[in-house]
Amino acid sequence: MLSFKSYIKPKNIKEAYDLLQNNNAEIIGGATFLRLSNRKVDLAIDLIDAGLDYIKDTEENVEIGSMVTISEFEENPILSNLFNGYLKNVAETILSFQMRNIITIGGTLYPKYGFSDLITALLVLNTDIYLYHSGKISLEEYLKTKVHKDILEKIVIKKEKLKATFHYIRNSEYDFSILNVAVSKGKKVKIAVGARPGVATLAYKAMEYLNKNGLNENNIKEAAKIAAEEIVFADDIKTSKEYRKVVCEALVRRALLEVM
Amino acid sequence: MKEVTRKIPKKDALGLLLGKPVYTDDIAPENSLIVKILRSPHAFARIKNIDTSEAEKIEGIECIITHLDLPRNPITRAGQGYPEPSPHDWYILDEYVRYVGDEVAIIAGKNEQCVEEALQKIKVEYEIFEPVLDFEKAEDHPSIIHPEKESHPMFEIGFDAEKNIAASYEMEIGNIEEELKNCDVVVHQRYYTQAQAHVAFEPHTAASYLDMHGRLVIISSTQVPFHVRRIIAEAFGLPIKDIRVIKPRIGGGFGGKQAIHGEPFVAAVTLKTGKPAKIVYTRQEVFEATYTRHPMRYDITLGATKDGKLKVIDMQGLSDTGAYGEHALTTFMVAGSKTLPLYNKVSAVRFTGKVVYTNKVPAGAFRGYGAIQGNFALESTIDMLAEKLGMDPVEFRKKNMIAEGETSPIFKIMGEGREGVEMFVRSCKLNECVEEGMKLINWKEKYPRVKISETKIRGVGMAIAMQGSGIANIDMGAAILKLNDDGSFNLLIGATDLGTGSDTILAQIAAEVLNVPTENIIVYSSDTDLTPFDVGAYASSTTYVSGNAVKRAAEKMKKLIIKEGARKLGIEESKVDFDGNYIYEINGDKKLPLKELATVLYYTENQKQLITDASYVGEESPPPFMAGFAEVEVDIETGKVKLINYVAVVDCGTTINPNLAKIQVEGGLVQGIGMTLFEDVKYSPNGKLLTNNLMHYKIPSRLDIGNIIVKFAESYEPTGPFGAKSVAEIGIDTPPAAIANAIYNAVGIRITSLPITPEKILMSLK
Amino acid sequence: MKIKVIINGEKKVLDIEPHEILLDVLRRYGYYSVRRGCDTGMCGICTVLFDGKPVPSCSVFAARADGHEITTLEGLPEAKEFAELLAEEGADQCGYCSPGLIVNTVYLKKLKIKKMDEAKIKLIGNLCRCTGYEGQHRAIAKFLGVEK
Repeated sequence: MLSFKSYIKPKNIKEAYDLLQNNNAEIIGGATFLRLSNRKVDLAIDLIDAGLDYIKDTEENVEIGSMVTISEFEENPILSNLFNGYLKNVAETILSFQMRNIITIGGTLYPKYGFSDLITALLVLNTDIYLYHSGKISLEEYLKTKVHKDILEKIVIKKEKLKATFHYIRNSEYDFSILNVAVSKGKKVKIAVGARPGVATLAYKAMEYLNKNGLNENNIKEAAKIAAEEIVFADDIKTSKEYRKVVCEALVRRALLEVM
Repeated sequence: MKEVTRKIPKKDALGLLLGKPVYTDDIAPENSLIVKILRSPHAFARIKNIDTSEAEKIEGIECIITHLDLPRNPITRAGQGYPEPSPHDWYILDEYVRYVGDEVAIIAGKNEQCVEEALQKIKVEYEIFEPVLDFEKAEDHPSIIHPEKESHPMFEIGFDAEKNIAASYEMEIGNIEEELKNCDVVVHQRYYTQAQAHVAFEPHTAASYLDMHGRLVIISSTQVPFHVRRIIAEAFGLPIKDIRVIKPRIGGGFGGKQAIHGEPFVAAVTLKTGKPAKIVYTRQEVFEATYTRHPMRYDITLGATKDGKLKVIDMQGLSDTGAYGEHALTTFMVAGSKTLPLYNKVSAVRFTGKVVYTNKVPAGAFRGYGAIQGNFALESTIDMLAEKLGMDPVEFRKKNMIAEGETSPIFKIMGEGREGVEMFVRSCKLNECVEEGMKLINWKEKYPRVKISETKIRGVGMAIAMQGSGIANIDMGAAILKLNDDGSFNLLIGATDLGTGSDTILAQIAAEVLNVPTENIIVYSSDTDLTPFDVGAYASSTTYVSGNAVKRAAEKMKKLIIKEGARKLGIEESKVDFDGNYIYEINGDKKLPLKELATVLYYTENQKQLITDASYVGEESPPPFMAGFAEVEVDIETGKVKLINYVAVVDCGTTINPNLAKIQVEGGLVQGIGMTLFEDVKYSPNGKLLTNNLMHYKIPSRLDIGNIIVKFAESYEPTGPFGAKSVAEIGIDTPPAAIANAIYNAVGIRITSLPITPEKILMSLK
Repeated sequence: MKIKVIINGEKKVLDIEPHEILLDVLRRYGYYSVRRGCDTGMCGICTVLFDGKPVPSCSVFAARADGHEITTLEGLPEAKEFAELLAEEGADQCGYCSPGLIVNTVYLKKLKIKKMDEAKIKLIGNLCRCTGYEGQHRAIAKFLGVEK
């Protein structure tokens, strides 16, 4: 059971940040997973009223405040139409509608959940993370960086001409992905693999191979093999690393064929 | 028939749907002490010492009870008739803990928070033993799970605690080895089924208080209120008369609430403190510390002659009952008794095996109750045999399966934990079920496979199944009907509605006899002080057993109304009839409204209460039958199976309420589909259940099941109430084998262990 | 601590613990349609509307609701129409999961969903162990006015 001594809902991110520095405190974003932990925390800092639920559409970017819920990708016209509905399609199969109404962008990205579909999907876009204290960092870098007692303020997705697609394998449709794959093709090809079960990563060697040799059916087959070799998989309660490796190759191939 | 076969909503529907407070936790006394259980973190250990002193100091804690504070009467929680065919091997609390989650201490306090805190502060010293976690190594394991002298069976069930054997059974008709020599084709295969969880959505909940007379009243989400009363009396050494058990509405059971779970713990607190108490299990506790389906292993050998005649069935099994032996023998026997009669023309049949203890979550009753495990093994192997014979598996079944008017020696030899009864199958439309199912799935076009794309192949497969309708000569249900002064009736029944709609269909049966609208029958059920006895809701018994009791009580009531009406009209009884509204002269004009008769009898003349009762014990247990057809699509690059269609054609006799019968089958099918494809069970190396929440234990969602098509064959069971047989369990049995057969027909891979995951398929394809 | 919440249109002041979840608080204050199912946000049984949107109340801290609006089944007048359709199909069975399904489906009606498949995607988090879903789907199709 997670217990708090007090619960505060700051009106802005500065107030939240200051409280976080000086206390045994926990930030409440969506809190769907945090809630399942067994800890004693002095202070819960809920960002719900901190004005972070904005979606801003500019010429070059879309800015999404960290308290925007995943369901906005289905319901908000700016987000649901991005990249021809790519992110809408990803969001719509994440857990349940009710859960998507409380799971936030910040709550998903900040802890770098391995099972996240959204992180994988965003990794093949040009996505930047803005942390209140540490400032701007690309999602790719963020996933490799340790961050302590900071608050995710917003993410910024660059609008580009991209073809992107997302594939996953689950046994029950209502489950976390056993493995997920996102692929985008703009000027270059990007391939991300997540739920390995570790957090998503780009398949650098496979990307390099394709960007050097071009996108055709034979190269796609080869790139899929390279991706399955280079990515590190592990066992977990849902499946084995051997299965993940085999299915990774199939999903990467399928995704690449789709954007070819 | 007017009331029977009416598709009316359940009597309690709107109350349930609109969220009225009707479940145990909603109606438990408001000032109930909160009860929680300290559970063992070890799979097998002995409690050397418990120090509760720190915990007791916490404000709000009312009592902490350990095994030292309680009577040590061996009981079984199984919730069966008496004497039970399950060993008495459980104690309210014991010095041994036998699985991760086993009860160590009972804590009661004023609120959740103080009880949670007290749980952390109890210090327990354990002597830890090597646990038995692999059921194939349980027999003769150096660790003996039940070393205590007091545990014992109630009669011979093959119990041998020193060898970790809870029960064993063997049966042979004909000579297997000799007959196999005469077979042209023999196949052999081994199968495994998993410890499926019930996942009834209302967590197990019980509350208790002392009434003004000092009697113990228990409100519980139970399927068996009368058994709860008897077992609690036994466990605490109390007279049955000092206990009352009330079952309010309950949120699903599926066998998981046939047993005693929270009741003894709240009872212990109420008896000690004199205060009301309640326990609501967490979902994790429901997974880790109630019941699962018995995992089983079967080795099957089938033999046939080349003309397609099945000659030999040999089933050798091993079943895992977990830490306690609830339903150990009976689930195991049912794996044979509810599958073997399907093929009643064989020359030799054998069924043998053992049920072993392990240090895992105890297994208990679960819809399908052995039959689904046996069906998966037998019906998968039938397909293998048909293939080897070069026959269409449907044709092979049609040639060998049981038909109306036939019998099987199994009925007499194998009952539930004892001998069964001889029985001819009076109603069996299995052939019609198969024919209709073939049409609905379009077997001729689709068998064995259709290639959809380079990576996707569809296949069809099927299986047949049977169940029973109550346990013959054992299960008893009783009913009381009384006439009210407005001409309506109270129907009092011990039968237990788990959400199935049994209150409603039993009212429909009474209404049909009395020729009154079902709306005029007011039902009250499942209260040991106020309703007559009923064994409860299990073994597919309510429609058939309790239904027959209600029918008899209603017939008596009709006679009584005619008798009293005739007296009032001043005519001979034989010249009078009752049509639901009037008691009338058959060849004349005299008539008397029922309402008028009722008012007169209450208040003005010849005053009396019209009341009738009846009991019923089945002399037979007529099996419902069904044919299940699955169409699957297999992705050969990922191993993922998508269920496209599932067709079920069912012979359950008359459907008393066709809507409710249909939902019973649909619900059963989806639970069976869950067991087949999704519901994986994983333990840690030290015996902790890891699939202990709904993030890891996946029951089917509404997007996982494809199209479910359910039809009923025209059928009439002469011994059933208005021709009805049972329908509760039959739906669950076929999906494992039918889907496994469909996958085989699609891609040539035979998966023999459940669940059938994408990983198993893909790794076999590679 | 005390929180001010509008529940089913009524202003309420509730006394809560900082770590309490909304489900427990609603039940304590007598909203019994909100039922405990899985404790992990997966079953959908405890669904309520939070500022008009369906959420699993077991996964929301009650303190978050301070200054916000909660609607339970008791506060949804459209619930009865859908409940009657479910009852006609016999799709209530044990009824335990029904309130959550009803709250979510009544919300979907406002979204003017046109296809059953879309509805199923949005209802995937409403699990049911009794009915096998088919009966629910027959009733949902009628309520939303879509083809099954």
